[in-house]
Amino acid sequence: MNKYSNTKATLAIAVASFRSIIRSPSAVVFSLAFPLIFIVVFANIGGSAVTVDVGVAKTCDTTGPVYQVLKDIKVVHLITNLSADEMAKSLSKGNIDAIINIQKNSSKPPYTLNIQYTDASQQKGGILKSLLNSVFYQLNSRGNTSPQPVAEMKATTVSGRKYKYIDFLLPGMLGFSLLSSGVFGTAFVFLGLRLTLVIKRFFATPVKRASIILGEALARLVFSWIGALFIILVGHYFFGFTLVHGVVTVINMLILSAIGLIIFMGFGFIISGIAKSESTVPPLSNIITMPQFLLSGTFFATTAFPSWLQVLSNILPLTYLNKAMRDVAFEGAGLGDVTHDLLILGIWFIVIYAVAVKTFKWE
Amino acid sequence: MVKQPIITVKNLVKNYGDFAAVKGISFDVYDGEIFGLLGPNGAGKTTTLEIIETLRDKTSGEVIVDGFSVDHDADKIKQRIGVQLQSAGYYPNLNLSELIALFCGLYGIDKTPMEMLSKVALTDKAKAKYKDLSGGQKQRFSIATTLINNPKIIFLDEPTTGLDPQARRNLWDLIREIRDAGTTVVITTHYMDEAEELCDRVAFVDGGHIVGIDTPNHFIDELVASGFERKKQVKLANLEDVFINLTGKEWREG
Repeated sequence: MNKYSNTKATLAIAVASFRSIIRSPSAVVFSLAFPLIFIVVFANIGGSAVTVDVGVAKTCDTTGPVYQVLKDIKVVHLITNLSADEMAKSLSKGNIDAIINIQKNSSKPPYTLNIQYTDASQQKGGILKSLLNSVFYQLNSRGNTSPQPVAEMKATTVSGRKYKYIDFLLPGMLGFSLLSSGVFGTAFVFLGLRLTLVIKRFFATPVKRASIILGEALARLVFSWIGALFIILVGHYFFGFTLVHGVVTVINMLILSAIGLIIFMGFGFIISGIAKSESTVPPLSNIITMPQFLLSGTFFATTAFPSWLQVLSNILPLTYLNKAMRDVAFEGAGLGDVTHDLLILGIWFIVIYAVAVKTFKWE
Repeated sequence: MVKQPIITVKNLVKNYGDFAAVKGISFDVYDGEIFGLLGPNGAGKTTTLEIIETLRDKTSGEVIVDGFSVDHDADKIKQRIGVQLQSAGYYPNLNLSELIALFCGLYGIDKTPMEMLSKVALTDKAKAKYKDLSGGQKQRFSIATTLINNPKIIFLDEPTTGLDPQARRNLWDLIREIRDAGTTVVITTHYMDEAEELCDRVAFVDGGHIVGIDTPNHFIDELVASGFERKKQVKLANLEDVFINLTGKEWREG
C-alpha cells in the first residue's frame, strides 16, 4: 500500500472548498461585488461632487489675487456670513472644513494665507491642502516673472502628497472584503460541515484534522487573493489608485491580505463553535464585523471620531490592517515599516486562536 | 472451511456520562459475509458501529478490525474500511464527480470519478449535485464513496430507510454484488424482511446487549420449533410482492 499523503488530502479539500466558494453567491457578493460597488459609488462622490466648505475670517483680505483664485475654484465653497464665534464652533464640529484669513503684507511676500484645519474633517482638509498647494504653485510661478513671489502660505501642517479618496477608500474596501470572507465564510462553512456530518464522514477517512483546517484556509486565501487582486487592478486602472512601487506594492498588499484573512478566520472558527444553527451565524458575525466595518477607518479616517471612540478604534484588528495597507499602498512603506501594526495584529492572532482552540467543535 | 473473523468485538462498553449505551457486547463478523446488526432505535447499534469505525471512543472492551486494534491503529483501520453514515451530507455546491475526486484525495487513492460512478450506475449523474438525487441514487452514491479505497469491510447504517420497494431491491442487488466481489458488509436495518433476504448472519441488539446471533434461517427454524405460530396463516406471497408485480421490478429514477 502506498504511503498516505497528507498533502494530497489537504489539496483535495482545498480544491473542493475553492469550487464550493466560487459557486456560493454570498461569498462572491461580499468579497467582490460589495467592495467594488462601494468603490464606484464613493470614488465618484469623492471625485467630483465634493465641496470643501471654507470659512472666511472677517479680517480676511478679499480684494487681492489670492482670494480671487480661491473664489474661482468650484470645489471650494467660501462662507462669509458667519461670525468669528460661529465660525470657530462650526470648525470644531466639522461643519466647515477650514478657516482662511488672507493678509496683505506691507513687506514681501505681499500676501500671507493663514489657514486653520480641523481634526473633525481631516479628509476635506486634505483635499483643501492639496488644492491650495497647486494654487500656490501656480500663483507663485506666475510671480516668478517678477522677482518676488506673490504670496506665501502659513499652515500648521502641510503635506505635499496629492490626495485621492480612492487611495483611502480602496485599502478599506479590501479590509472589509477580507473581514466578511474570513468571518462569515469560515463560520458558515465549518458550522455547515459539522451540522451535515460532512466532517464526521471525513473522519472516517485517514485525513488529519490539520489537513481539513489547512485545506479550507488555503481555498479561502486563494479566493481572497484573487478578489484582492481584482479590486486593486480595477482601482488602479479605472480609479487611479496609487501603487507607489507597482508590483512590489501589490505583493506587499497581498501578504497583508493573507495576515488579515488568517486573523479574521479565527473569529469565524469561534463563531462556528458557539453557533447552534445556521441562523445564529449572521447575528454573531455581525457583532464581530459591524463595529470593525464602522470604526476601523473603512470609509473615514478614525481621527474623525471623538477620542473615546478612537480608543475603541485603536483596539480593533481591522484598524491596523487598514493602516498598514494604506501605508504600504500610498506611502510606499515596506512590510518592515509597518511592524507596529503587524505586532498588534500578531497579538490579535494569539488571542483569537487561543479562544478558537477552546471553542471550536468538530462534532 | 473455517470462517475467519475479520472483526472481533469483546466486552464492548460505552457510557455517555451516567447512561450506558452499550453494556458489554461481544461478537465476530466473518470475512466475506453480510452481517446485520438489528434492533430497535436506541439499542446501541449506531454507537457500536461508530466505535468499530474509529469515529467514537469506547469506554472499555476490545475491538479488532482486520487484525488492527481501534486503540492503536485507528489510521490503519480507516484505510481498510468504507463507512456510510446515517443521514450524512456531502460537501456543498459540488457535483458527484467532484465529490468522488475529493474522497479520492482524502483516501490518497488515484481513481477516476467515472470508474467509481459506474460501479453504482450513476455515470449519467456525474454533473448532478447530491441534493438533486433521488433517495435511491443518494444511497448508491454514498456506497460509491465507501468503495473508493478498495475496503475489506464496508459499514452501511440503515441504507434503505425511506426507499421505495424498487429502489430497495436495487440496493440489495448492489450490496450482494459488493459481497460477492469479496468485501465484508456490516449493515443495520429496521426491516426484518430485508435482513432475512440479505444477511448471511444477524445479531439482535437490545438495551445495549446482544440478545441473539445466528443465521436468519436458523433463528426462524428455532422459533418455529419452539411451537411459535403466526396468528394468520402465511400466504405464498405478501403485499410487497403484489406491489412489485403490479408496478414492475424496474427501478426508476425520481
